[in-house]
Amino acid sequence: MAALCVEELLARAEQREAEPHRSVAVQKELELEFDLGNLLALDRNPPRAAGAQRESRLRSLARDNTQLLVAQLWGLPAGRAEGATGPLVAQLPEPFYRLPREKPLPRPRPPTRWEQFARLKGIRRRKRTSLVWDEAAKQWRRRWGYARAGGDPARDWLIEVPAGADPNEDQFAKRLRDKREKVARNEFNRLRNIARGALPGRGLHPTGHQSRAELGRATQVARVSTASLGRFQPRLPKEPAAPPPRGGKKRRFEPLLGDLAAERSRQLELLRGLGSKKPPLDLTRAVNKQLREEDAQAAAGKGKKRGQRGKRGRQRPGGGKGPAGGKGKKGGARRQQQRPAGRKRS
Amino acid sequence: FCFIDRTSTSSDCFKKPKTKRAKRFLEKREPKLTENTKNAILIKVIQKIPNPYLFFFRKNITRPFEDQTSLEFFSKKSDCSLFLFGSHNKKRPNNLIIGRMFDYHVLDMIELGIEKFVSLKDIKNSKCPEGTKPMLIFAGDTFDLNEEYRRLKSLLIDFFRGPTVPTIRLAGLEYVLHFTAMDGKIYMRSYKVLLKKSGCKIPRIELEEMGPSLDLVMRRTHLASEDLYKLSLKQPKALKPKKKKNISHDVFGTSYGRIHMQKQDLSKLQTRKMKGLKKRPAAKMTEEDEGISPKKSKSVL
Repeated sequence: MAALCVEELLARAEQREAEPHRSVAVQKELELEFDLGNLLALDRNPPRAAGAQRESRLRSLARDNTQLLVAQLWGLPAGRAEGATGPLVAQLPEPFYRLPREKPLPRPRPPTRWEQFARLKGIRRRKRTSLVWDEAAKQWRRRWGYARAGGDPARDWLIEVPAGADPNEDQFAKRLRDKREKVARNEFNRLRNIARGALPGRGLHPTGHQSRAELGRATQVARVSTASLGRFQPRLPKEPAAPPPRGGKKRRFEPLLGDLAAERSRQLELLRGLGSKKPPLDLTRAVNKQLREEDAQAAAGKGKKRGQRGKRGRQRPGGGKGPAGGKGKKGGARRQQQRPAGRKRS
Repeated sequence: FCFIDRTSTSSDCFKKPKTKRAKRFLEKREPKLTENTKNAILIKVIQKIPNPYLFFFRKNITRPFEDQTSLEFFSKKSDCSLFLFGSHNKKRPNNLIIGRMFDYHVLDMIELGIEKFVSLKDIKNSKCPEGTKPMLIFAGDTFDLNEEYRRLKSLLIDFFRGPTVPTIRLAGLEYVLHFTAMDGKIYMRSYKVLLKKSGCKIPRIELEEMGPSLDLVMRRTHLASEDLYKLSLKQPKALKPKKKKNISHDVFGTSYGRIHMQKQDLSKLQTRKMKGLKKRPAAKMTEEDEGISPKKSKSVL
């Protein structure tokens, strides 16, 4: 009896599931990829909608895909906006599909002269009130601008001649001149800050009024702007000679037939070194040097941390070559150490 | 305050905005960490049939594939990074060029030919409100295998996705754009979504053909080089979520932390003294306990 009931229930359930106009199940060969932040679904299955009934097949394909996408969206954590009776709202995750940006990444603006100075001295910005009490007008007036506290200086009908100034000098003209100079100076500083902020090749202008340093930078950039990066550029008449090409032992290109005596001595040294039985690396000295270098680095690192906390603005010359040089030596020393040990055991 | 970029002439660069409104205008257009929603310019060459959708600058831009300077100029003036250019001539009938810009220079441009077009007006159905964020579905393996199709997919997503929103009203998912790549053609269909009752929580979907449907054929392409594309994809580091070290999560949602300790001498551990358990000095056993660690050890919150 019970078994029959169960069978009946199962049959009914199956029937309900198979009802085409109520089911939410969709069969797909390959799973779809979803990017819910963009409300995007990517279906990799080859579509089978060719032929006569293309529109209806496309539509059924679209329906299946949309069903899967909506199922995913309904699976997101949802809440009710604006209280318990508001519309059901789902939290979308961050969009995953990477799309190109509209504009390039913003470059950080370099600090201006004043900002550098303030950082050095530890001066911080004070928040000022926008209104100031004007005693004469018995009102709160703005600090500067249209009807400012203290009255508009340009409208003064009387200016006292300060002690020590020439009595025949026109004080009104002087005030006007000073204001113009201040404005010009401010503008000059602003442009200087902008020019400093530009990259080496960008702030340069082909005008006549450039400082010596700017001209030097401009010639440098122009020299290197050839297809061979300035290697075959002749020097200008009074330009200093090219700095000797730096490079390690491997990037130094000496001329082939230069100093015969130096070449002879170099070859003989090489032969002597090959012929001698003494190992070229003195183990103890190398290890001691390495230890000393490590101690120096640790001390510099501690000092750097303390310095950084106090004065963030100052730049400290970092030890770039230190770790690279040390790594080579350390490996070499270790390798040398292993071999003698092996020899002793055997 | 002003910004510097390589496309601005020197006079642009040094002009300071005189009003707060101008300053806000410039700030809106400069490069930012999180960007504005992209705007599109729709350009149409003079045609016999009038179209109610807006178009600008008809005469000055004739061939985007040959000369891109006027396109870039207009994109800069209107601060739009996407564009759609329609034209018709004997050699290329019913042409549609869809493209996007990076830093006001053309990044990608793809020319599509419209083979069949059914407009919004031709289908007499109810439409969904303007500005609904559409659901986008791309069907077909060509969208992954073919490089040009991949860029086209990216371009279409960029065009149609709309503003990025943190939450969405589930009942408001009304619009779906379905792109199928099949037999060398791309079928674009727009449907209105009807959410019907089903037995479970997830509603049953029924679709009603709504808006414009297009059958497109890919013609010419002008895709950006790999490194320029990679440069444009670069996201600022500030937006990347910072990964906390020494914390891991398992499948059940439990979070585990790792504490790095130095080697402990268990015989010298300071434990609680229980007089009753005190053994003879020969056989001394330490109690097992947690929580007491030697001086030098890193702990993670």
